[in-house]
Amino acid sequence: MTVTEAAPKPPAPVRRTGDVVFSGLARAAGITILVALAGVAVFLTIEGFPAVTAPASAMGGKSGIVLYVWPLLFGTLLAALLAMIIATPLAIGVALVISHFAPRKLSRTLGYLIDLLAAVPSVVYGLWGINFLAPRMVGLYEWLEENLGFLPFFTGPASSTGRTILTASLVLAVMALPIITAITREIFAQTPVLHQEAALALGATRWEMIRMTVFPYGRSGMVSATMLGLGRALGETMAVAMVLSATGVISFNLISSTNPSTIAANIALQFGEASGLKVNVLIFSGLVLFVVTFIVNFLGRAIAGRGYKGESR
Amino acid sequence: MSTPTPTTERETLSSRPGGRHDLPLTHPTLPRFAPALVGVMAVAAALLVGLLLGWGLALMTLLAVLVYAVALPLWARIVEGTRAAKDRLVTTLVWSAFVLAMLPLVTLMFEVISKGAKMLTAQFFTYSMRNVIGEGGGIYHAIMGTLLITLFAALISVPVGIMAAVYLVEYGQGKRMARVITFLVDVMTGIPSIVAGLFAYALFVIFFGPGVRMGFGGSIALSVLMIPIVVRSAEEMLKLVPDELREASYALGVPKWRTVVKVVLPTSLAGIVTGVMLAVARVAGETAPLLIIAGDTDSVNFNVFSERMATLPVFIYYSFTQPGVPPEFGEDRAWGAALVLIVIVMSLNLVARAVSKLFSPKTGR
Amino acid sequence: MNITSLRRPAAMGAALVLGFGLTACGAANEATGDGGTGSGDNGQSSSLSGTLNGGGASSQEAAQGAWRAGFQQANPEVTVNYDPIGSGGGREQFISGGFPFAGSDSYLTNDEGELDGATERCDGQAPIEVPNYVSPIAVIYNLDGVDDLQLSPDTLAGIFAGDITTWDDPAIAEDNPDADLPAEDINPVHRSDESGTTGNFTNYLSTVAGDAWTHGEVETWPIKGGEGASGTSGVVAAVTNGANSIGYADASQAGDLGKAAIGVGDGFELPTPEAAAKILEVSPESDTATDTELVYDLDYTTEEAGVYPIVLSSYLIACPSYSDKAEGDLVKGYLSYIVSEDGQQAAADNAGSAPLPASIAEKAQAIVDGITVG
Repeated sequence: MTVTEAAPKPPAPVRRTGDVVFSGLARAAGITILVALAGVAVFLTIEGFPAVTAPASAMGGKSGIVLYVWPLLFGTLLAALLAMIIATPLAIGVALVISHFAPRKLSRTLGYLIDLLAAVPSVVYGLWGINFLAPRMVGLYEWLEENLGFLPFFTGPASSTGRTILTASLVLAVMALPIITAITREIFAQTPVLHQEAALALGATRWEMIRMTVFPYGRSGMVSATMLGLGRALGETMAVAMVLSATGVISFNLISSTNPSTIAANIALQFGEASGLKVNVLIFSGLVLFVVTFIVNFLGRAIAGRGYKGESR
Repeated sequence: MSTPTPTTERETLSSRPGGRHDLPLTHPTLPRFAPALVGVMAVAAALLVGLLLGWGLALMTLLAVLVYAVALPLWARIVEGTRAAKDRLVTTLVWSAFVLAMLPLVTLMFEVISKGAKMLTAQFFTYSMRNVIGEGGGIYHAIMGTLLITLFAALISVPVGIMAAVYLVEYGQGKRMARVITFLVDVMTGIPSIVAGLFAYALFVIFFGPGVRMGFGGSIALSVLMIPIVVRSAEEMLKLVPDELREASYALGVPKWRTVVKVVLPTSLAGIVTGVMLAVARVAGETAPLLIIAGDTDSVNFNVFSERMATLPVFIYYSFTQPGVPPEFGEDRAWGAALVLIVIVMSLNLVARAVSKLFSPKTGR
Repeated sequence: MNITSLRRPAAMGAALVLGFGLTACGAANEATGDGGTGSGDNGQSSSLSGTLNGGGASSQEAAQGAWRAGFQQANPEVTVNYDPIGSGGGREQFISGGFPFAGSDSYLTNDEGELDGATERCDGQAPIEVPNYVSPIAVIYNLDGVDDLQLSPDTLAGIFAGDITTWDDPAIAEDNPDADLPAEDINPVHRSDESGTTGNFTNYLSTVAGDAWTHGEVETWPIKGGEGASGTSGVVAAVTNGANSIGYADASQAGDLGKAAIGVGDGFELPTPEAAAKILEVSPESDTATDTELVYDLDYTTEEAGVYPIVLSSYLIACPSYSDKAEGDLVKGYLSYIVSEDGQQAAADNAGSAPLPASIAEKAQAIVDGITVG
């Protein structure tokens, strides 16, 4: 490496045609990705724009695009937030099992199992949700209505089919869980071994060690993992479309058969029979969903990026 | 990278009586069989109460877990102290979380296999739904549609994805554009699948007029979802290639592009293949975009550039929501197709992992 | 350092691609298309070939499946596609020339210029419209201990409007003097997607019980209450799984669920295909009906015994002449099969619809036979 030090001036790099073409191709591929992402925004805007002035007849009687999209956005956010409340603690527990609690040999297999959970297609989750989960939730909902009916979430009347927004959120939670787990377990596993051993050497129990070393190290990772899981839950379509009994209300009642719909499920249900301006209205709602998920993912990645820099001194 | 120190080891180290009498070096611990003992007792208690009150299996399990989660820490608290009790409680909680997370997978597989297995006949795989009313018919057209649409999606995404990764790792180091692309690729992984479908529709409407349905549109939508996954995994793999290899190649006077093609890519090939297969597995099960742009049909269609194409996920959705009269046969076909789809996707997943395990270079990392 | 050679993974990748590539053979049950035109068993127009793309009302999708199968079996070289994009979409695509024929739950009117548009699309000739599908909409319920529920129109409207909320409501008790009605909440199930079934159902309610049902005729359920379910099968599943539920759905798909008898005149009628078909016979032709447009204004308020009033009726819309011979032959052949006795029976067997009454089928056949080609 020190041979060239004496040379007064390095020779001008040879420009080979192969290199120029290849690097051009590589750059073009990178630009293609930027163009594709921009294209998603641009084409959705072009096709969604006519919806702004669409008459009420194209929007199921709503007199404006905002009035049409708002209840859907509410349902989308409510279902996704509920899913996160359920999924996040579970996912962190599962990640801890894989990274710290399970024996070394077992943990790899357990990780595969959780990954398989992510591999199940959403339409199959839909089948499972409506055939298996929903009927089994009815008893719980009746119990909640009877015993916790004073809370606005459980006022009932309890759905007799179990196809409520809480059931939909449970399915969403199952689908978001492997994503959150995958990221958090990576972060947990990266916790410096020295920190952990130092904690153990001081006599900390395993839980104390995790609380003192693993969690502080992985905090931003956990937040960003949750954000990415939220992004998945916001955009999930088929499972919600199949499970939820959607009537388009705005309500915090989680166990009745009258539920808000979500943007994605609404598109899937209505698109087949939509024509003319109705298509534009649906595409506009898709644009809203795109913007919301973009912001959530943007924040998630930004937090993750900041976290890594901050921790990896 | 955990090195959980078994508690027993600590005790044996300090079990020899030390010099001072009033400061014991050991502290009392529960016997090793304590968790098992409490577990058995919890199950017994739950069974007893459950049978007396006529509860279902779910409630009894819940009670057993609750009893265990209360009893074991309580015992530990009496014998070992608060900190150890907390540790035992957390251990119980995280393992319960894991079992709870496994429940959906187990019940789902059981449900799909028990309802779908009886459909797996030769006819189911070789027939389409053309001219089929009521019983019979098959999913040949849907399998073909899924294969073709996914194949074309892969043909688009794999070159673009790998070249973009090459750009990011080999050419873009430190460049502003590379940073932007990396970030946006990350963000792009979160695009909802239905938005990708709407994008393909909005794009194709401009060229083909309203109401367009085309298999290739599905490929476009799927590649929007697939490209970021391919880029991410390929990028990670390329980064793992040691710089010494590149430098050795340069030192021999090999041009950079040949170095990338002949040295860097082959070295990371197994990882890239794994990433591509995982990406394929991820998009093969996508329903929403295909519902919008590829549509559904009864007959086989081998031409992705014209007319509707049936795909497995859409077939499942329509068989379930519009099963026909009487509904049993349509629903049976939905479960059968769901089983086939799960088997395809899961085996892609497992094969992908096997590839990365078997073929990955042993770089001693 | 041991670097794997390119060869092994590449071979594996090739094997995968090969797996993808082995796709060049048709389904076992599909004609390969290379043989000559097989002689159709009924000898009718077996020389037809090509693809016919129509679409429209999703209500007749199941029946279209039966017709498609029957027609394709008789004409192996033909592929028919029916796009269930909804009545509005079907009419729109027909007028814009996208579909050579369309199915629609309502006939063309000039309220939004559709009739003129269709006339223009057919080179200045008035389009043809014939009824092709009549099916009873059953009021299905799941109520333990009650087998023969009877509901007068006002009670039915009250339940679905959300004014009658418990099964032991006096209004229901009055309709069912002998039944033992439980004091349970009613769970009314409706379609959450836009649908012609909802349109016909609400049209019936607003016509016969305008006081109790004030929301008019709408295709999207107007009330924020009760349970929503997607598609006919969704409603049926929701009612099947939910105790104390009631819903409305195509009678043919109701399965074993209880079907309410609906008050007509002084009696109550069950949703049988025969009773449903009769409503066309007792209904007057619409004001806009012409020689080629066989359209009816359904008389929901009929008091005639043996008529079930809540029906879904659908029309076929096409042009009286086609300049493209291939397209015209296909449309004429397919429509002719649909309104024929065979076609109507196939739909009745496989979609549970009511065959058109003979007198009306005859008129429809005459109109379709009048299509000129070339």
